[in-house]
Amino acid sequence: MTMTLQGAESTETSARPTPSAPSAARRRSPRTWYRGGGLANFLFVLPMLFVFTFFSWSPIVQSVIMSLQKTNLIVAEWVGLDNYLTVLSDPELGRAVINTLYFAMLALLFGFPLPLFMAVLMSEVKRGKGLYSALAYLPVVIPPVVAVLLWKFFYSADPGGVFNTVLGWVGIPPQPWIQDAVQAMPSLVLEATWAGAGGSIIIYLAALLSVPPELYDAAEVDGAGIWKKVWHVTLPQLRGILFIMLILQVIATAQVFLEPFLFTGGGPAGATKTVLLYIYDKAFRNSLGGDYGEATAVSVLLAVVLAVLSWLYFRLTDRWSTS
Amino acid sequence: MTTMREKSPKSIDSLAERTIVSTSERKRTGIRFGMSLTHVFLTLTLVVAGLGPILWLAKSAVTPTQDTLQQPFALWPNGIDWENLSTAWNDIHIDQYFFNTIVIAVGAWFVQLLVATTAGYALSVLRPKYAGILNALVLATLFIPGIVLLVPLYLTIVNPPFLGEVNLLNNYLAVWLPMGANAFNILLVKRFFDGLPREVFEAAKTDGAGPFRLFWSIVLPMSKPILGVVSVFAIIAAWKDYLWPMLVLPDPAVQPLSVRLPAVQSQTELDVFLAALAIATLIPIAMFLVFQSVFLRSAGLGGAVKG
Repeated sequence: MTMTLQGAESTETSARPTPSAPSAARRRSPRTWYRGGGLANFLFVLPMLFVFTFFSWSPIVQSVIMSLQKTNLIVAEWVGLDNYLTVLSDPELGRAVINTLYFAMLALLFGFPLPLFMAVLMSEVKRGKGLYSALAYLPVVIPPVVAVLLWKFFYSADPGGVFNTVLGWVGIPPQPWIQDAVQAMPSLVLEATWAGAGGSIIIYLAALLSVPPELYDAAEVDGAGIWKKVWHVTLPQLRGILFIMLILQVIATAQVFLEPFLFTGGGPAGATKTVLLYIYDKAFRNSLGGDYGEATAVSVLLAVVLAVLSWLYFRLTDRWSTS
Repeated sequence: MTTMREKSPKSIDSLAERTIVSTSERKRTGIRFGMSLTHVFLTLTLVVAGLGPILWLAKSAVTPTQDTLQQPFALWPNGIDWENLSTAWNDIHIDQYFFNTIVIAVGAWFVQLLVATTAGYALSVLRPKYAGILNALVLATLFIPGIVLLVPLYLTIVNPPFLGEVNLLNNYLAVWLPMGANAFNILLVKRFFDGLPREVFEAAKTDGAGPFRLFWSIVLPMSKPILGVVSVFAIIAAWKDYLWPMLVLPDPAVQPLSVRLPAVQSQTELDVFLAALAIATLIPIAMFLVFQSVFLRSAGLGGAVKG
């Protein structure tokens, strides 16, 4: 990296009549800075510097500061770890964490094996693969808000509701779906799985193509049948991507907001109130001004958990792509 | 990115070569039957799950409310009601929200492309002394999902620094600018630029091209594939976004479809509402059908940032 940096600089400076002594390079005057492309460099960095300073770096710092304050936006008072202590002793947050974990667990149960299974089948068929991929990806293309509103109608508890009509064809009595505290969360996860499976299928399809064909040949020499090949060749070869997808899914489910917010508003009886909904309620539900300190305290805690998961993800992708 | 380009011809080869089931196995009757069964199963599930809801929505968008409620699967028992579409478009102002959505998407696309390409160029090609620090600071934000910054980000919009009493609520800049702070885009573009041949840059420099000329006439034209991917990501993200525009665009007149649809649901008759949902789905589906390959390639990138 530094090699090419120096290389690029030296060709540039040698083309121009500027002093190239090492001391001049260290203490550059504005003129040599300009001539050396300093201004151009800065202009190209400027858009990034602007948006990241105001909309990323400064909010990150502000998050930490605000989580230690009580603020009504005009005056802020330092309260130490009070916000953290308050939210951590709030049974509502405990409930929200459990709900989020429950969502994540169900999402793993429904949503994790299904795309893999579909991708394996799709990679085996010789014709129509493009069409199958396009069909599988279609739900991902539907705007999430539209998808949720549409499914909300499908989930009508009425016996004549769309899903209840389908259940009626096979003789199952109508279900309350999202109106019932027990069925609400699985219903949300079902929709989320439908909406997200296509993306995972495409990723698994690409990963399946990278399994070295020699391994299958070798397994056949050893007398392995189809199932043995899936179990002893395909799945071990996909280990890396499977683990990456697992972490990605956990990161995504930890931030789930749209489904509980639009389907149930966190109900019935708080059964689908997730961590993000808890943060939203604390900060924005009250139109007179929210409890920003406590809301950011929860955000910071969530950020720490997600940062650890993301770090794991980047370490794994690094290893996976270099190996 | 280079690995991606190397991979694609290889993957086509292995596609022709073999997968789990071998050629000799495919000749066996049991397995041939199994393969046909797989085809039937895939066609059925994917048509029902992938196409089904969209077709149902398309049908119900032009069906009177009573028919949809009483016989959700009947095909127009009492005729087609095309009026739903025009009622949704004109009376509940889907036209306005549709337009707002497009303005938001185009602005977000422009800001993201501007930030990602200039930053990628600076970090990959120009490489000023401070590039290393900037790169680290940008990468660090990948570990913190934007959603946890909701509250401070909102307060930045309500009370922007250096602007005094002005706030950015109901201003599209409030949606466009934060979307530009996307480290993933910068990473993608920088990696692509890293893979471009340096000799071309050197040749251009020898011919007297300055940094702006090099950027505009050499680097950008060579980067169309990655610009396509970033564009798809940007437009889709803007079209999908719900929570953030809801917070910073409280005035219904400037809100996009995603924010307005849930809001108008309670005062809208079902058939008109379903027509509105169908209209909101139209552009993303059309874009997908036209740019299918870019979409599917972008989806593949999601799993492997290191591409």
